[in-house]
Amino acid sequence: MNDLITLNHGSGGRASQDLIQNVFIKSFGDQNYILSDSAVLSLPHKQVAFTTDSFVIDPIFFPGGDIGKLAICGTVNDLAVSGAIPKYLSASFIIEEGFAINELKKIVESMAQQAKIADVNIVAGDTKVVQKGKCDKIFINTTGIGVFQKDYSFISTGEKVETGDKIIINGFLGDHAIAVLGARNDLDFRVDVQSDCACLNDLIQAVLKAGISVKFMRDVTRGGMATVLNELADMVNAGIELEEKDIPVRETVSGLCEILGFDPLYLANEGKVVMVVHPDDAEKAIEILKKQSLGKEGKIIGEITADHPKMVVGKTEIGGKRIINMLRGEQLPRIC
Amino acid sequence: MKFIDEYRNSEIVMDLVKKIKTISQKEISLMEVCGGHTMAIHRFGIPSLLPNNIKLISGPGCPVCVSGIEFIDKAIALSGKKNVIITTYGDLIRVRGSKSSLEKEKSKDADIRIVYSTLEALEIAKHNQDKKVVFLGIGFETTAPATAVAIQKAYEDNISNFYLLTAHKIMPPVMQALLNEKVKIHGFICPGHVSAITGSKIYEFIPEKYKIACVVTGFEPIDIMQSVYMLTKQIHDKDPKVEIQYSRAVTKDGNTKAQEIMNEVFETRDDIWRGIGEIPNSGLKLRKKYKDLDAELVFDIQIEQVKEHSACICGQILRGQKSPKDCKLFGKVCSPDNPIGACMVSSEGACQAFYKYRKYE
Repeated sequence: MNDLITLNHGSGGRASQDLIQNVFIKSFGDQNYILSDSAVLSLPHKQVAFTTDSFVIDPIFFPGGDIGKLAICGTVNDLAVSGAIPKYLSASFIIEEGFAINELKKIVESMAQQAKIADVNIVAGDTKVVQKGKCDKIFINTTGIGVFQKDYSFISTGEKVETGDKIIINGFLGDHAIAVLGARNDLDFRVDVQSDCACLNDLIQAVLKAGISVKFMRDVTRGGMATVLNELADMVNAGIELEEKDIPVRETVSGLCEILGFDPLYLANEGKVVMVVHPDDAEKAIEILKKQSLGKEGKIIGEITADHPKMVVGKTEIGGKRIINMLRGEQLPRIC
Repeated sequence: MKFIDEYRNSEIVMDLVKKIKTISQKEISLMEVCGGHTMAIHRFGIPSLLPNNIKLISGPGCPVCVSGIEFIDKAIALSGKKNVIITTYGDLIRVRGSKSSLEKEKSKDADIRIVYSTLEALEIAKHNQDKKVVFLGIGFETTAPATAVAIQKAYEDNISNFYLLTAHKIMPPVMQALLNEKVKIHGFICPGHVSAITGSKIYEFIPEKYKIACVVTGFEPIDIMQSVYMLTKQIHDKDPKVEIQYSRAVTKDGNTKAQEIMNEVFETRDDIWRGIGEIPNSGLKLRKKYKDLDAELVFDIQIEQVKEHSACICGQILRGQKSPKDCKLFGKVCSPDNPIGACMVSSEGACQAFYKYRKYE
């Protein structure tokens, strides 16, 4: 096999077969599924969760992860926050001609590893190669199916959210955004922050299985916490009040935010979930989170209020109040 | 975070609020003329803590807002030229010119790159010698020295493909212009980072000639509250003067080295302030020595003359004479997604800040 991806690898012929065997099957295993035209799944459930997401990132390798890990975690998390147990994934690749096969192997291996951690099977896939310059190295799409042990359809809609419910986050905000920014070499200094990229399904199931009354869940990704909470406030026609001093942000991240004029509430994450829980269950939920490796810094950071419906208000660390709006466009470094 | 948390201590802030309340119940208007202050004031919710008699007005402190549509139009015109790379601070990327924004042009085909420093722009020039690299110089005395350093370096190192399109402006002339127009303010929250360069001496004419209080202020909540306290006290005691609250960064004479570099590279010119008009000697242009680096001289930049919307009252808002809610366009035609006037352009602008907060007030 050549060291670089060529258009031939996407031709469907011998080279394609070699790539599938030597890269994908080698890491993902389970040949029966992958080599047939479609995977046949047994799902003895009335309801399934179904989601898809595409992943493009520069750089494709960054501290704490890579595009492959991201592609698994992203889809697993989308399933998990709807209360589902992720079961099956598909993975499709669009690869730029000239891409190093060793790098592809690393990415695929990382996907396999995450799939194992999340206990999901990759059962279908596809590869296309495009001419140099027609895509940026590699794009990955993953689609996932999850099953429910109980009817959790109210979690996605937030229909049970009420005044007084508490808002919980499972850890530090902004690590992913800052790690990627650092890896892009846009900054003239080294950043010791790892992306938080991780599959949250075990953590979420631990909370649900303990019988915590979770009324809404959403993974906090692009657009940050501010965007998720604005969407929620809008969706359930309620106000949200955040206690800003309680929002966990790593010192390095908040320091960089000070320098660059960013607000951690708008930074991207890849391993964070925001939960709205019944006030009586909030402390217990935190206890459960803290027992999980991905929830050690879990905190109650705010609550649902009857005041200012459809609006997220932050109680600032000095006791003042500010409106936290939805993100408009990317955050950009500011001069003043 | 060390050196930050100390300045965000809520007990000290509330203590200052208490003190401010005991000094005066009179209506007091204080103007901040720095976008950084406007941001900090809103980010920490300072207006929600101040007594009702103290009003904070956002003056012409956002360089992006006051720089005018023409500057963006010129940058866009340059970005459309063959082999030109535009380098800019992030602030400018989304600002609308008369027809487009740099962000939109970037999505078409223009090579527009966000940089964190002027030296980064210079590096881009060094690595792209077949291209012409234009840096969009914007900001007050805070950012002008960094631009000046890049210009000196480009000149000394014979980097012949680096150019500056300047919208740099300086602070004292606009403060004077506002005072000459008898703007109703009692004190200035003077900019912290501008003053770190210029020193506090540049404001001395204000209490001397206009009897208006001045306090050079830092950017943390305690800085701002303490400064409001100092201003209120000056106003109550009828003892206007220039005081430095931000003493950890600012001296009377400032950073003389930076001043020298600025003076060596730039000279003043009459400049247009969006919403206010032309102010004598308020802008910075490159001296003759650097004419070969001046984008306006080197390139043939054609733009159409544009007029501000006739109903826009940004000028009066920037002078503290009117509030955004007095504007017919506000919230209807003019919004952050479709800014018509200067004050809605960036998140530091008075209208945009008001737009975000009015629902809550």
